[in-house]
Amino acid sequence: MREAGGPYFDSAGQGAARAFVLAGEWTIEHGAALEEAGAALARAGQGAQSLALDLSSVAALDTAGAWVIDKARSQLAAAGVNASVRHRDASQALLMKEAEFRTFEIALPASGSPAKELLSDVGESVYSAWRDFVGGISFLGQVVYTLFRALLQPTRLRFTSIVYHIENFAFRGLPIIALINFLVGCIVAQQGIFQLQQFGATAFAVDLIGILVLRELAVLLTAIMIAGRSGSAITAELGSMKMREEIDALRVMGLDPIEVLVLPRILALIISLPLLTFLADISALFGGLLVAWSYGDISPEVFMARLKSAIAFNTFMVGIIKAPFMALVIGMIASIEGFGVQGSAESLGRQVTASVVKAIFMVIVVDGLFAMFFAAINY
Amino acid sequence: MSDPRPSPAVNAPQELAIRVRDVVVGFGSKLVLKGLDLDVRRGEVLGFVGGSGTGKSVLTRAILGLVPKRGGVIEVFGQNLDELSQAQARRMGQRWGVLFQHGALFSGLTVGQNIQVPMREYLDISQELMDELAFLKLDLVGLPRDAAFKYPSELSGGMIKRAALARALALDPEIVFLDEPTSGLDPIGAADFDELIATLQRTLGLTVYMVTHDLDSLYSICDRIAALADGKIIATGTVEDLLASDHPWLRSYFHGARSRQVMASRPAMAGG
Repeated sequence: MREAGGPYFDSAGQGAARAFVLAGEWTIEHGAALEEAGAALARAGQGAQSLALDLSSVAALDTAGAWVIDKARSQLAAAGVNASVRHRDASQALLMKEAEFRTFEIALPASGSPAKELLSDVGESVYSAWRDFVGGISFLGQVVYTLFRALLQPTRLRFTSIVYHIENFAFRGLPIIALINFLVGCIVAQQGIFQLQQFGATAFAVDLIGILVLRELAVLLTAIMIAGRSGSAITAELGSMKMREEIDALRVMGLDPIEVLVLPRILALIISLPLLTFLADISALFGGLLVAWSYGDISPEVFMARLKSAIAFNTFMVGIIKAPFMALVIGMIASIEGFGVQGSAESLGRQVTASVVKAIFMVIVVDGLFAMFFAAINY
Repeated sequence: MSDPRPSPAVNAPQELAIRVRDVVVGFGSKLVLKGLDLDVRRGEVLGFVGGSGTGKSVLTRAILGLVPKRGGVIEVFGQNLDELSQAQARRMGQRWGVLFQHGALFSGLTVGQNIQVPMREYLDISQELMDELAFLKLDLVGLPRDAAFKYPSELSGGMIKRAALARALALDPEIVFLDEPTSGLDPIGAADFDELIATLQRTLGLTVYMVTHDLDSLYSICDRIAALADGKIIATGTVEDLLASDHPWLRSYFHGARSRQVMASRPAMAGG
């Protein structure tokens, strides 16, 4: 069934010399119908000796239509038909000339065999993991060097910028981080009481909450939240600055992007994360206290007394000591990934994803290393 | 289709491609366009000039529906843009092509894929034909064919403009909007680009709506010029008409040192 107004043709003449009268709109809006009409033209013309394609009745023609017609003509010519095109006017002739059939011999990027590609992909990932590692170490060196240089000249520390980032990371992040830790404190308390009930050891739930929250949970949850919330923001900021050549602009002004952009953010993270961890501790313990009171019938006085005997200052310090190291890891990964953004929007998305995933992974690795370290020194 | 398009290069001077009436656009308490009227005829190249910040881009964006207007009517091909159904709006997307000032190529796609985006979206044609048409467009805008496999970030500024023009032309639109097509190009590249637009306009019978600061473009390819100041069109007409105007902004624009140089280098224009 033909589309209304769509392209079609009628054949006139028989035998050796034939003519096709093209009519309707040979325009790209007819899409598949246009493509089909061109193919039909090439089919129907087979076998003729000479063939004229008459465009005088065509209602509308555009480059796509002209291309399809000329492609059919050239296919017929290749099959030995002496095909020609009859134009109505100069504008059709001009259009047919612009859209003249030509072949596009382009060396497509060669694709090797799947097995080869798999091997080369594996090799590439291993190599890029190694490059990430070396790059990370050299970046750390750069940051530390910049930090010492800035310490010698404290005006270069960019105090305003640090405070601004602390506000963003710590102050604005506090509500969600406190809420999450509060909820996790509640859940740990509920599970602890529920499971320990069977042994009549409900009171030990307080020890569980205190030690677990202070040593591990609060700092880990906070670091993961910061990796997702602030690490991604750092990568996106630096990445879009890189895309718009803002980083290059800093360089040519003689400013060091690490000093101007990276150092304030990393220092702000290093200051923010311990503060947030402290508040996360309190908020998780408070959640535990409420659940212990309402669900486990442990009064706040008993809870506090029990907590006091279960934990010591070092329990608290174990969590807090880890925080700045996790902050450093998050800030470094976020900055490296940000500077790794290439020209496209897609690459920005990829780098932000990589930043968050790598940062969370490394936070957990750092936590594991510290667990081994503290066990070894019996702290 | 319900509205048969005229054969290319057959100009119907009376027929309007765009009709803007009494359009008001403002941001906050500041009015940028204060009851603006503008006609663009089918098949003509309209150059649109105005000082920086007078609202040239705002008007273009209002016509394209990217900026909400507070009042007035905008008709494109006789259809009021406020009364389009969703299907008609999609159809409109096929009938106009836009070259944004910075190209606005999709950075995650190659140039070839960029050109094929509108084809893929609107048409049901084979990949082979899409590839052929994409290469044809590249030839039309004068880009080498291997540019099809490059990403926008690998192109120079001039190539980005050409690639973006190829994408704007992907569906053989009836009207193209060009936002400062020659800005950021060297004079030779800019002259080439003007030539290209003129050729395409002749070949495809395009209506061209061109925002420009480039005096060379105005003199060499524009059929008519519209000048914007104080939120209104202060003058429309040929270069000669605008030269004769005594509006202070137009006087300094067309009688400034740079304009005189361009005029002097074009003796043919002086006679009209």
